[in-house]
Amino acid sequence: MSAVAVDGVWKFYGDYPALRDVRLDAAAGACLALIGRNGAGKTTLLRIMAGFSRPGRGEVRICGTAPRDTATRRRIGFLGHGISVYDELSAIENLTLFARLYGLQEPRQAAAEWLERTGLERVANGLVREFSRGMRQRLAVARAFLHNPSVLLLDEPFTALDDRAIAVLQRLLREALAEGKTVVMSTHQLREALELATDVALLNRGRVAFAGPRTAEMVADPGFLYARYGEG
Amino acid sequence: MFDKSRWRDYLLHLFGAAVIVILARDINLIARLPQDVNQGAIFKIIFFHVPMAVTAMTAAAVAFVASVLFLITRDFRYDALAVAVTEVGLAFLAGNLITGSIWGHIIWGQWWAWDARLTSALVCWILYASYLMLRRAVEEPTQRATFAAVWSIFSFIDVPIVIFSIKWWRTQHPQPVFWGGGSFPHDWLVVFLWNMLAMVLLAIVMTTVRVRQENAQRELDSLRRTAHAM
Amino acid sequence: MTGFLRQVAVIAAKDLRAELRTKEAINGSLAFSLVILLLFSFAFDPTGDTTREISGGLLWIVFAFAGTLILNRSFARELPNDCLDALIAAPISGAALFLGKAIANYVLLLAMELISLPVFGIFYNVRWTGQFPELMLVLLLGTWALTVLGTMTSALTVNIRLREVMLPLLTYPVLVPALMGAMQLTMALIAGKPIDADNVMWLKMLIGFDVIYTAVSLVLVETVLVG
Repeated sequence: MSAVAVDGVWKFYGDYPALRDVRLDAAAGACLALIGRNGAGKTTLLRIMAGFSRPGRGEVRICGTAPRDTATRRRIGFLGHGISVYDELSAIENLTLFARLYGLQEPRQAAAEWLERTGLERVANGLVREFSRGMRQRLAVARAFLHNPSVLLLDEPFTALDDRAIAVLQRLLREALAEGKTVVMSTHQLREALELATDVALLNRGRVAFAGPRTAEMVADPGFLYARYGEG
Repeated sequence: MFDKSRWRDYLLHLFGAAVIVILARDINLIARLPQDVNQGAIFKIIFFHVPMAVTAMTAAAVAFVASVLFLITRDFRYDALAVAVTEVGLAFLAGNLITGSIWGHIIWGQWWAWDARLTSALVCWILYASYLMLRRAVEEPTQRATFAAVWSIFSFIDVPIVIFSIKWWRTQHPQPVFWGGGSFPHDWLVVFLWNMLAMVLLAIVMTTVRVRQENAQRELDSLRRTAHAM
Repeated sequence: MTGFLRQVAVIAAKDLRAELRTKEAINGSLAFSLVILLLFSFAFDPTGDTTREISGGLLWIVFAFAGTLILNRSFARELPNDCLDALIAAPISGAALFLGKAIANYVLLLAMELISLPVFGIFYNVRWTGQFPELMLVLLLGTWALTVLGTMTSALTVNIRLREVMLPLLTYPVLVPALMGAMQLTMALIAGKPIDADNVMWLKMLIGFDVIYTAVSLVLVETVLVG
């Protein structure tokens, strides 16, 4: 059973198909890089995987169950375009809040631990609205990893990160993959993503134009896939 | 051989013709009826005033059912039905309000009195008008249909509560009732029912036309999006 | 069940903590309430007997209008930074999220109302302490009706165009019976009449309204949030 299975998913906005018959699989421990132009449907697909919206046809299964199941939601960690933490609360308050929502046994402890792992322990009591951009993004990453999810869904995680945040994220992703967790990330930053990826899928206008294991060729020349399977 | 859409057109035209015929006959009959003892010719407005209200209420019920069905099946045709029947219902309710107002002006000299039934009709009209405003405020079609369905359910549940509260309010602070004082002879009942039928048929015709327009609009939107994507 | 209630408490606490830090909604709401009370006293002779009679009704108009500032904020506060996504992704039911926010709104609305009440008493020379427990009951029931509908419309309108306009536009028509009941009861109580056979109907209607709309909202909120 794959960790993430997308089975014949179509997504309609009104009558218009934004995703057409998408079939993808990511085994446990895999890192799937979703690449594609703007508007190809990467964000739409990720949000369906995370359970934010429903497919018009077909289904997504995370570890064999629907993403919206309560138990499955505990297993998913999502990092979207926004940082999804509250400006008016402090870093530790934010993480404790989410730790409680995810039903963690020791919420404050888990929050403190993840502040350390993302290098934010010194600003634990600072309000997020006073954080620098890089700090905000590291906190977002902490929130996504906090509840020890087995499937991580990341939407363009490397975009607009500063160097320190990129390093933190890459380290955390490598650790997660080593622990057998599954990562699906959409990306424009081909280089950082392809280094970590074990599999690649190219989306073009809502269709899967290519899906397969990541090869050395791709790492050497990231644009190669677009040239071969994409358009223009 | 059996062309479904052509037969649907025939049926629609048949209904439309029936409406015109019945209405023409009714208006002729009604004009010939003797005037009401107390209120004169204007009392005959009841032949339209009440059927419009009944049609509007039926429309609300149909909208409720269509909304529930949409939420269950996610079939956009139910959404088209919901919006069409709500718009038609609103038109009939407006007719009810206008005829009520005219009646009040002729009999009581005021264009509006806070009569229980008319006030309830007004509140319900505003209720469903805001449903249409909600639809206009949501761009994305699936979201629009979902939100509208939820709101239609909220609105329909309120209708009996509104009617009851306003009635109770007027019981506590009584005011002259609009058509108190008129009598309704038994032989008028037949004409009344024919007019009722005409109103319902008219509503069905209007709703059908609107549903078609809605379905066509949906196709157009989708083609437009596809064109943009190219 | 306890898990559900705990989550409700977490959400309510978060909303209240965030609001108490910034005080945007409550300050705006209070200011608005005071302004409307003031404006009404220009429109109606504040010392007149008729005014005192209808003042109970005016009070609820003040509450309903000023309340929308608080209600609007309810789901709107989740928009910056895409926090709403994180809440929907969390293993918390839409009903728990809704209830938590509704409770936070309820507390804030009651605070605004309890502060407005003495001001109202002073401006309109009205003794509202006469039947205090009954008045509080009406306040609690009427405010819950406003809360439950306003929180629902806040969820509905959070992502759409003209959010600030749509929220009151949708809430008020549905709220008419509840507002009517609250107004009738408040006017009677302020005038010194007890809640007798005449008025108890309004009380029952308010309770019924609250129960029905709380149930319907709890059932449908997930559809609104996730689609």
